[in-house]
Formats: sequence, C-alpha cells, structure tokens
Amino acid sequence: MAFARIQLPPSVKRGDAVEVRVSIRHPMETGFRVDDDGRTIARNTLKSLTCRYGDREVLRASLGSGIAANPYLRFHITAVASGDLVFEWIDDAGERGDARAALVVAG
Amino acid sequence: MIDDASAPLPPLRSRARRRVLAAGGALVALRVVPVRAQTASELPQVAALTDDLAGRVPRFGRLSLDIPRLADNGNAVPLRIAMSGVFPAGTEIRSIRLYSPKNPVALMARFDFPAPPAKPAVDMRVRLAGTQRIAAIAELANGELHAAVADVDVTISACLDGT
Repeated sequence: MAFARIQLPPSVKRGDAVEVRVSIRHPMETGFRVDDDGRTIARNTLKSLTCRYGDREVLRASLGSGIAANPYLRFHITAVASGDLVFEWIDDAGERGDARAALVVAG
Repeated sequence: MIDDASAPLPPLRSRARRRVLAAGGALVALRVVPVRAQTASELPQVAALTDDLAGRVPRFGRLSLDIPRLADNGNAVPLRIAMSGVFPAGTEIRSIRLYSPKNPVALMARFDFPAPPAKPAVDMRVRLAGTQRIAAIAELANGELHAAVADVDVTISACLDGT
C-alpha cells in the first residue's frame, strides 16, 4: 500500500541547495465523501510526515484534507554529506509508510 | 509623411460607431479596475487563522503565495509558498501554515523546518472548495510572522461533491 517516489538530482556538491521532490500514493480521504451505500468514508490524511537527512530532521509536515490526493511536495535542503533521505509518515487510519533515497554529495 | 488632412475621413456612421465602441470599452475598464484594486493585504476571516495569530500582526511583502488565478479543477491546484530576502542567524524560517476560509478544514497544511531549508519555499497541490482567498503564514525563529494571500477562482469545487 505504502508507495512513494522521491526525486533527487543525480549528484550534488557540498553546500548546494538540493531540490527534493516526493510524491506519496495516498487517497487523502476528506471524510466528506460517501460510498455507494451512502455511508461516510472516514477521513484519512497524512497527519504526520517527516523527512530525515542523515541524522537530522529536515522537514515535518501535517497534511490535512486540503491537500490533494497522492500528495506531492517539493522543497530544498542543503547538501552536507552523502546519505539517505528518509521519509516516514502515518495517516489517520494509523497506517505507517516510509520511503528512502540516497543523496550523493561530491566534494 | 502622410498628410492627415488630405486623407478622406471615414463615413460619419462609422465614426459614431467607433465612439460607441470606445465608450463601451471604457465602461468595461471601469468595471474591472475596482475589483482588481481591492487585492490589498487583507487576511481572510478564518477562525483557525485568528486563533493562531492570537492578536499578532503579520507583515506582508516578503512571503509569496503563487497559485493560478483560475483553477478549473479544485481537486488538485498547484501552489507554491516562498519567501524572499535574507535570513540572518536567528531569523530562519521555522514553519509555514496554509489556511482556507471555505474548505471544511481551515488549516490545509502545516510545515515545520527543524533545520533551516536551503531555500524557503515549498510546493504542493491543494484541494479548494470554491472560489476564495487563501492565506499563508510563515513564522521565523525570532517569532516574526509573515503573511501572503491569494485569490483563486475555482470552477469545480473539491470536497463537496457526492461521489
């Protein structure tokens, strides 16, 4: 279920601003829709999303029903050293997901 | 050089028509201008926003909220929040919040930067329940607040359909 794509530049230099793009597959249910039987579909959004780079947390987000399904985010981090970028999230249904990508820092 | 005096004047009827058209154009311009002029830095009335501000007054100008003026489909509207200027030590951007006066949940998203970002900008796609003025508030490490608003017309609203 948990699936995400992380896009990073193939190689960056130390000190560069690195564009991070992430797209997570998630319905982001608003809690205002009803199913075919007229029952309300429970709200289910990414209440907590974090991004760690190396051992530092670089972004913490809480995405509500005002964020489109399959949330896409783009932000910039400062390249320090080669390491993994780890995204972890938990939704209102309690389901956890994670995704990681390696950032290669040259020089 | 063309000698205007020697050029035959257009028939009287045509000139009258031009005057009517010009007057019509002026009327349209008059109708449009005041509407655009009121896009001052006025925050929308949102309870969640008022509560979070707690009486503090944000500054306008440095934070920007880029969103298409006309969003055909409110289910996914691209949006960018960015901040300009320099950030000396102690004034790094700490958090960004996005508010909507018409969505059922006013606080659309919240972003915290535990470490200063390389660029103070974040892109996302939002859902909008109708034509409205949305607002973003950025908080700096020294507690300073910066605000930006954007008007957006939505043709197909999100959230409120029965599907």
